[in-house]
Amino acid sequence: MAEIVLESLGKIYPDGTRAVGDVNLTIEDGEFLVLVGPSGCGKSTVLRMVAGLEEVSEGTIHIGDVLVNDVPPKDRDIAMVFQNYALYPHMSVFDNMAFGLRLRKMDKEEIRRRVEEAAAVLEITDFLGRKPKALSGGQRQRVAMGRAIVREPKAFLMDEPLSNLDAKLRVQMRTELGRLHGRLKTTTVYVTHDQVEAMTLGHRVAVLKAVTAKRPDNLQQVAPPSELFYNPANLFVAGFIGSPAMNMVTGHLEGTGGEVFAVFGPHRLRVDAKALQRHPGLEKFMGRDLVIGIRPGDFEDHRIAGEEPERTMEVKVDVTEVLGSETFVHYMVPVAPVVTPEIEELLADTGSDPATLGDETKFSSRVSSDVAIPAGGTARLVVETAKFHFFDPETGQRIGYRPGAFSAA
Amino acid sequence: MTATTAPAPARSGSRRHRRLSWLTDHWLVKFVVLLIVILWLIPTVGLLITSFRPTDDINATGWWTVFPHMFDKATWTISNYDAVLSRQGFGNAFLNSLAVTIPSTVIPITIAAFAAYAFAWMEFKGRHVLFVVVVGLLVVPLQMALIPILRLYTSGAEVFGVTIFPDLDLNGTYLAVWLAHTGFGLPLAVYLLRNYIGSLPSSIIESARIDGADHFKIFTRLIIPLSVPVLASFAIFQFLWVWNDLLVALIFLGGEPQNRVLTQALMELNASRGNEWQLLTAGAFISMTLPLAVFFSLQRYFVRGLTAGSVKG
Repeated sequence: MAEIVLESLGKIYPDGTRAVGDVNLTIEDGEFLVLVGPSGCGKSTVLRMVAGLEEVSEGTIHIGDVLVNDVPPKDRDIAMVFQNYALYPHMSVFDNMAFGLRLRKMDKEEIRRRVEEAAAVLEITDFLGRKPKALSGGQRQRVAMGRAIVREPKAFLMDEPLSNLDAKLRVQMRTELGRLHGRLKTTTVYVTHDQVEAMTLGHRVAVLKAVTAKRPDNLQQVAPPSELFYNPANLFVAGFIGSPAMNMVTGHLEGTGGEVFAVFGPHRLRVDAKALQRHPGLEKFMGRDLVIGIRPGDFEDHRIAGEEPERTMEVKVDVTEVLGSETFVHYMVPVAPVVTPEIEELLADTGSDPATLGDETKFSSRVSSDVAIPAGGTARLVVETAKFHFFDPETGQRIGYRPGAFSAA
Repeated sequence: MTATTAPAPARSGSRRHRRLSWLTDHWLVKFVVLLIVILWLIPTVGLLITSFRPTDDINATGWWTVFPHMFDKATWTISNYDAVLSRQGFGNAFLNSLAVTIPSTVIPITIAAFAAYAFAWMEFKGRHVLFVVVVGLLVVPLQMALIPILRLYTSGAEVFGVTIFPDLDLNGTYLAVWLAHTGFGLPLAVYLLRNYIGSLPSSIIESARIDGADHFKIFTRLIIPLSVPVLASFAIFQFLWVWNDLLVALIFLGGEPQNRVLTQALMELNASRGNEWQLLTAGAFISMTLPLAVFFSLQRYFVRGLTAGSVKG
């Protein structure tokens, strides 16, 4: 049990490539912190530096008040669970779990007690005598977890531990992992690219993004899951968290007699006062271009939401996907897509022009399945404008962003 | 017969797999393989038959003429084996061969395993260059090194007045042969073992490091048990090579009767004018027994998938 503190942590590979830069993060004692981001964002590198498997190029790592930059992995008192399980193939499940304890010259009875206890928790008692190859993927994953648990380390480090399991098992193991942490209360750093895992498991979630020459820091936002969803710090977090992704469109705000309207393409929606309160300093952007973000869940068909002409978008439906209780409605808004700083970089890399992205933006909305919406027809969708998100198009930052300023309403 | 008769490919997965299973299932392929095996075995079978024939028959007719009267008692004899085994010093030569071969197999494998682990998993400066140099030594021909090594053994070596190899008077000792075989076996051993050990999943080794293992523990508890297939393959190669070697033993061990190895004893069986070659056939089979035993006892370790279940593939 210990706090893990990362200060200005950075990683530069011998060939000069920077993978991680300026990561400042305090993982509290007993906390379950998730590092999430797309592939190549440096999340695994951060974890491997904490484990001691990668050298630290810049900054410091403290585990429980001890500076561990130059401490070898075996002396850091941490346990790691790998994506591919990394079981010792020639040893039985029992020996796999006992390996670390035996190396530490622990008493035989104590080893037996710990292994059996962990096996009972993970429900693998029946397999203790088997070799890993006689186990299913889910069972192997449990053994890998068991190997970490028996050590009773200061912290667990998990590198995408569930990503090799099939979908159903993954959901089941996710729940069990959450329960396990509730029971052991060991500080855990968990790396994943799956935002659902991040949102369901993490007390707090750190969203990372690949570093670039212009912007040598990975960390985008560290916050509890719901804050990431309702109060994303910038366009990257807004687009990464949530599925389907947040709709983003360039528009502007018009003020008429105390009312504020968001205008994008042919649509003109009255903005709820709550949305204005949640973006302090928004008045400076009146009449200027800004990025409007709307979560797909913040739409509803007019037949269910009631007639709200000032908050209704009339759209031509491209495709609908009926998923039982809800329906996804896909349509286009005739405004050129938002070019975020990342997309700009990407375009610069490939030598393309933003103009090639077309002049329409894809939108998706999640509405109730209680009313039929025919593809190719017209839908009238009422927008929950209190939950609008506004971003500065220059910096990609949320307008008036304050960490912790979050309300689910 | 066409590919359509191959097993249903739907569940076997990749195209490559489908093509391979077609290949191994085809009757023509089986026929060709069988043909090669037979062609390859004919000389050995001939040798075996000859070794059991009386001297006069051997000198009169070929071994293939035995088949019409296979069940005639006069066709077969064990007198050749009798003659070989009762020869002075043949049993001693067998023991000498063992004394040369076992250390000459064990020493290079031990050294190469440590070296291979270091080359594969330890970070140190110049490791790639060093590895290339070691593998590059594969091209040095044994024959070229014989005289320099002999001089090293008999008078040591000095560079600028500094002794880099003392005059140990090794010539004629077992140590001399072991060292020579070790030296010439190492490059291939290091190369083979490094490639195998380097391909073990890195996460297993990282996991062991976190579990508290140092390099030596990782080597003994993980690398060695997981490298059994490559260790067995190289052991067989090296064993056969040293067992069958005549040149190195003749030069470094010398021709003294008490030092003779099996290959030297075999050579002498032939007699000075080559007129006793019927004994050679029996001698050859006697000398083949041990390598065959080694091969069959180690071949079961040639199992693929020793790391199965360790990591998700």
